[in-house]
Amino acid sequence: MLYIKCPYCGYRSQKEFAYGGDGTIKRPELNQNISDEKWDEFVYFRKSPRGKHIELWHHIAGCRQWFQVQRNTVTHEIFQTAKMGEDIK
Amino acid sequence: MQKYSIFSLIKNAFSNHEKWDLAWKDPTPKKEYDVVIIGGGGHGLATAYYLAKEHKITNVAIIEKGWIGGGNIGRNTTIIRSNFMYDDNAKFNEFGMNLWRNMSQELNFNVMFSPRGIINLAHSDAQMNAYARRGNSMRLNGIDAVLLNREEVKKIIPMADFSEDVRYPIFGGLAQPSAGTARHDAVAWGYARQADSMGVDIIQNCEVTGFDVSAGKIQGIRTSRGDIKTKKIGLCVAGSTNVLAEKLNMTLPIETHLLQACVSEPVKPILDGVVTFGAGHFYISQSDKGEMVMGGDLDGYNSYAQKGNLPTIQHVLTGGIALFPFLSRLKMLRTWGGIMDMSMDGSPIIDKTHIEGLYLNCGWCYGGFKSVPSSGWTFAHTIAQDKVHELNEGFSLNRFSRGYLLDEKGLGTKTWIS
Repeated sequence: MLYIKCPYCGYRSQKEFAYGGDGTIKRPELNQNISDEKWDEFVYFRKSPRGKHIELWHHIAGCRQWFQVQRNTVTHEIFQTAKMGEDIK
Repeated sequence: MQKYSIFSLIKNAFSNHEKWDLAWKDPTPKKEYDVVIIGGGGHGLATAYYLAKEHKITNVAIIEKGWIGGGNIGRNTTIIRSNFMYDDNAKFNEFGMNLWRNMSQELNFNVMFSPRGIINLAHSDAQMNAYARRGNSMRLNGIDAVLLNREEVKKIIPMADFSEDVRYPIFGGLAQPSAGTARHDAVAWGYARQADSMGVDIIQNCEVTGFDVSAGKIQGIRTSRGDIKTKKIGLCVAGSTNVLAEKLNMTLPIETHLLQACVSEPVKPILDGVVTFGAGHFYISQSDKGEMVMGGDLDGYNSYAQKGNLPTIQHVLTGGIALFPFLSRLKMLRTWGGIMDMSMDGSPIIDKTHIEGLYLNCGWCYGGFKSVPSSGWTFAHTIAQDKVHELNEGFSLNRFSRGYLLDEKGLGTKTWIS
C-alpha cells in the first residue's frame, strides 16, 4: 500500500488517489505550428524510467486536487510531493 | 540431442535418471555472432529457435541478464487465445494457434497445450451487440467464435452467480472454444533445448551494459561478460524495453507497469475453461493441479518492482467473489507480479528501427504468452530477411505517427487503465 502525502490534505492511503501518468510531459505551445514529431512525442512517447519518476496523482476521493509526486519506480519510495506548478526535482 | 520418449524414460530409469544429457549447455560467449538476441524469455528463445530452424542462422547468442524463463514466461497465467477483432491481431494470433497445436511434437517437449476454451462474459445488451460484432470479425478471419446466451453460459459455468439483482448480471458471453492454456515454463525449456541443439548459445547471468553503434549501424554490444561483435541485435526484453532503449537514446510509445496474479489452494475440478469477467476486472482458469489461477488489473502506476501491492489483489478478488462466490472459501497459495511493456494502443511492436541492425520486439502488454510462437516466428523472419513479414506489418513502430493504431480496447494512451 502506498502512503501518499497530498500537498493539501496530508498523508492518505493509496486507495484515495487516482494515477495521472508522467508529470514531465509538456503540451506543445498553442497557436503555433506543431510538427508531427512534436505531437507524437506529446501524445505517445514516454521515457518510463527505472528509478526516479515524476508523475501526477489526483486526490479523487479527497480534495480532488491534482499534484506532483516524485517516486522510485522500483522501490515505490516517495521522495517528494508538490502542488502543480511548484518546483519538483 | 537425446530424444524424450517413453523408451528414453525407461532406459534412464535403469540408471536412476542420473545420466540424462543436459537440456542445454552453458557456453562462454564467443567474440562474434551473426545475430544476438537480448532476453532469454519466451519470445527471445522462440526467435532464436525459428532463426535456426526456418532461416538456418545458427551462429546466434541469447543474452540473458538473469536465468532463462525467469521473467514473464514463468509469471503469466498461461492463457492462449486469438479472440481479436482487428485483422492484424487476429491473423497474427491465429497463425500462432496453429503453432501451439503442434508445439509439443515439434519441440519434443510436452507443453501441455490444452484447448479448453475461453468465455468473455457480457453484462448488457450493448455488450452483447459488441461481442456479436467481435465474434463476426473473428469468424471472417477463420477463428471459431460462438456467441452464448445466458442459459448457454449457465450450462458451462453453473457455479457462477446468476442472480438478477447483482451489479453485473450475466447476459451471455463470447466464446472461443479453440483457446486454452499451456504449461508456460515448458514452452521456455522446449524452445531453449531445441535452439541449443541447433547451435544457439544460451548465455545466462550476462547483463547488457551498452551498445556499440557507429554510422547508424549496430556494431556490437557490451556485456558484463565482455564485448560481443554482431551486425544484428533482436531486442526481446518486454518489461525492460525502456531501460535498454534509454541506452540507445531511443524513446518508445511504451510505459512499464506491474501486473499481479495469484493462485488458490488446489481443489477438485470445477472450472473447465478460462472465464473473463471484464466488468469486475477479473479472469480465472483452473490449472491441471486444481489451483484456481486468477488475475485482473494492473497495479496502476509505472513500476519495475516485479512484486505487487495488496490493494490490487483485494480489488481483483472482490470481483472474483462477486462472480464465483465459492472462491471466498478458498485460501490463496501465492501471489506474484511481473512487469509489462504497456504500449500506447495495447498492441505489440515487431519492427526494424532507424538504427541498421537493431530489431525491436516489445509492447506485449499483458498478452505476450499466447504470442510466443507467432512472435518468435515473425521476429526471426524480420531479422533474417531484414524486412517485416506480412503477419507483423501492422505491428510497426511508426503506426502511432501514421494514425494506424491497433487499439483493440479503444482506451487511449492511459496505459495504466488498460
